[in-house]
Parts: sequence; structure tokens; C-alpha cells
Amino acid sequence: MRKIVFAIMAALVALPAMADEPTIRLKQAPGLGKVEGNCGGCHSLVYIEMNSPFLTAAGWNAEVTKMIKAYGAPIGDADAKAIADYLAKNYGT
Amino acid sequence: MLTRRSVLGAAGAVLTLTGSGWSRFSASRAAGAPVTPGVPSGTAESATLEALPGKKPLIRLAYRPPNYEAPLDYFRSPITPNDQFFVRYHLSDIPDVDAKTYKIEVGGDGANGQATLTFDDLKKLPAYEVVAVNQCSGNRRGLSTPHVAGVEWGYGAMGCARWKGVRLKDVLDKVGLKPEAVEIAFNGADGPAFDKTPDFIKSLPVWKAVDESTLIAYEMNGAPLPHFNGYPARLIVPGWTGTYWMKHLISVTALTKPQGGFWMNPAYRIPVGMFPVVARFVSQENATSTPITEIVVNSLITSHADGATVQAGTVTASGLAWDGGYGIATVEASTDGGKTWSEATLGEDLGRYAFRPWSFAFAARRGKNTVTVKATNKIGQTQTATLLFNPAGYHNNVMQTVTLNAA
Repeated sequence: MRKIVFAIMAALVALPAMADEPTIRLKQAPGLGKVEGNCGGCHSLVYIEMNSPFLTAAGWNAEVTKMIKAYGAPIGDADAKAIADYLAKNYGT
Repeated sequence: MLTRRSVLGAAGAVLTLTGSGWSRFSASRAAGAPVTPGVPSGTAESATLEALPGKKPLIRLAYRPPNYEAPLDYFRSPITPNDQFFVRYHLSDIPDVDAKTYKIEVGGDGANGQATLTFDDLKKLPAYEVVAVNQCSGNRRGLSTPHVAGVEWGYGAMGCARWKGVRLKDVLDKVGLKPEAVEIAFNGADGPAFDKTPDFIKSLPVWKAVDESTLIAYEMNGAPLPHFNGYPARLIVPGWTGTYWMKHLISVTALTKPQGGFWMNPAYRIPVGMFPVVARFVSQENATSTPITEIVVNSLITSHADGATVQAGTVTASGLAWDGGYGIATVEASTDGGKTWSEATLGEDLGRYAFRPWSFAFAARRGKNTVTVKATNKIGQTQTATLLFNPAGYHNNVMQTVTLNAA
């Protein structure tokens, strides 16, 4: 499934011949599904690991809010809270 | 029909479905990425060395959008080869642009007319060259204390190339500017993965746009621009940070009102009065923040990584110094933690916007030795001893110290 979709991507997107995007395996914990489903469409999930582990819960909440308000991510309030909680617990300080 | 954007949007869902299909970055790979000491531990653990098409291995901070920085040992000459030049994108939809169909739309309410330039049209205009440093505004963000969110760059989100192209002024002369034009705005062919995300659009004050050194470049170090550095043509804004150097340039728009949008405000802002910058972007200033403009004076030891082992006796440290275009006056080095300073020897001068090489020989004693460097430019600006903290982690020009262990 994954290979097929990436083959379609390669054909349609006409990106230069880049290797398949490596899947980032974030920590297994409640909320991970929300993170993968909401965040991974626009950017690699490695942005989360890269920005760790120094953000406070308020800091991660501000990042999620920025993604919604500034970048237009279509994330509802419940998912936003689940994502911010997951990030603070697993990638926060 | 799937569009590029919907396909990219689907990638996240794919990752969700097949999350176990790919092994996690192994620790050994992570440990192999020569990240700058001081970046967040999560950055050090997740970064890998990886070669993009047409590039030598760079430190991959993120794959999508691609953000890759150069390791320290790529900075041992004042010109950065094209295949070693860093890669920085804000948005994930990065098309392959065909020079045959490429065009730049020139116009706007601050222009007297409009024009469309093809790649051939650009090539027919008078060509100029400039050697200039392109440094990401966020270079060294990863060294901020406390750490701040963003792409956690170490030392390597910069490079210096010989750029060849046409003067932006000559392109603007094709349409003519109205007296009330205040800014020139730029867009590139790349765009967001999701259509609600603001496109990356930047502007310059007219005075900087019409500076004779501001170019639309189609050559980099004598070759076409690499895809990942803005093929087929990009803006070159010598002295100013990389945010203004629009890649895959497709529009040049003269404005009678300041450019709005996320990428002008709140992004790419510095606190008013914090940094000793001369170049101002007055039409975008407000009471508390102002756009980042020129590069602050800086230097880097590139001959030795921090903690390197050397032989006791004469050791030559070398590296680069650069600034926003005033020119490097001196580079000084200290081996006693900054109590006393000696002048380093400056190398080849490739122009006021270029990396300036320097070298400094000293007697290394057995055990620990430290070397601290600071550059001063021709208007007397120098590097700071301590970080001027700002929320976006910009303008870090803290003097660098390396420890060398002499055996």
C-alpha cells in the first residue's frame, strides 16, 4: 500500500528522485494517532523530535495553536488538546 | 484526479496506516550526524547525514519540507560548492521547474505597467556577478539558550557562492516604478501542502530592491542553480539574511502598501533596538518588532571541531568571517579565554559580501587549549560575548570557543 501510494506521488508530484520519506516512529502513547493523522500531512513528524525535549506544556500548546491559527491546520479543539497533551508528555520538558 | 497538494496531504494518512513499516532511525545513524554542539538533544538524536539528489551528504534536520545544513568541514573554503550548499524550505510543495516554460511576472499597483520575462529574456539582460553569503535568518537557532521552537539549525545553514544574473533594478525598469511604491514583493514556485497555509511571500523596501547588488541569479558558481537552491532563478539579496532570497522566483510585484501576511509579520521579526543593525525596513516596523534585515558580523572556526585532538606545538586554526556587507576589518583570536587577543591573518578578499577566510597560529600546550575568535567589521561592529536572546533565535553571533586537546 505504502509503496503504491509513493509511486503515485512520484509520478504526479514530479519531485526529483528523492528516497521515500522515512517514517518517523514517535513514542507510543495516548494521542499518537491524532498527532500522526493531523500533523503528518503538511510536514515530517521529525519536527517534533527535533524540537525536543525543551518545550513546556504551554510551549507545545503554543506550537499547536500556531499550526492552526498561522498555518491553517484544520484541527478541531478536541484533537488539538490531545495533540498538545501528547507532545507535552512525550516530547516536553 | 489527485492534485499535487492532495497527494502530499495523503502522505500523513499513509504514515498513519503504515507506521510500523519502516525501522526507526538507528542510534548509530543518529550518532553519525555531525551536529553542532549545543543543539537540542532531540535534534542530535533525530538528525542524519543524507544526500539529496545532486547533493553531497548534508545534515538532514527535516525531510518534508526539506531542511538540510552543511557540516562544519564543508566550510574550509570561502566558496561553498553547489553540492555542499544548505537547503531550506518553508513549504512542502516544491515543483520541478522547467526553464523552457519558466517565467517571471512583473507588475503590481506600484508599477507603471507589467511584463512577463522568460528565462531567455533574463539571459538577454546585462549580466552581473556578486560573491555573497546566503545565511538563513535562523542559523544557530539550535544554540539558543533557552532553546526556542523552529528548525534547530547549528552552524551550517549558510553558504557563500558566486552568483550571476541580472539586476533586479533592470527588471523593474522594464515596468517602471511609481513614486509611491514602497516595497517590492516576491513569490516563488513552491507552495504549501495544504491550501489554507499561507504561501511564502516576502518583500523588500524599494531602496534595497534597486540596490545594484540585488540580483535575480540564474548561475551559482558557474553552473545552473541546483534544484534545491532555487532553479532556474532566485533572488540574491547580498548582506541580508536568506529569508529574502526567494527561490524559484516567479513574481516581482511593486506595492504602494506594505506586504502583509504571516511571513512578514509575525514571522522573521526581531525586537526593536536589540541588535546593532544599520539597514532598516521602515515600512514594516512597529513599536515592538521589525523585520530581520542584514546579517550581523560573525565568524566560525572551521579547521577544528570542538574537542578535537591536536599535536602539541604550533597549531593553525582557521575559519571564516562575514557580515552584512560592510566588510571584515579584523579577526582576532584568544587562547586565554578572552583576556588577551591577537590578530589573525586574513585570507583572500572575494568582496564585501563574501566569506573572508582567516588563520591563526598558536603554540598548543599539552592538555586542554581553547581558541576563541571574534570578527570586527569596517564600521566597528563586533561579536557578542553572550547571547542576545530573542524568541525566534535570530542573529546569534556569540563568539565561538573550541577546546583542543593537545597530546
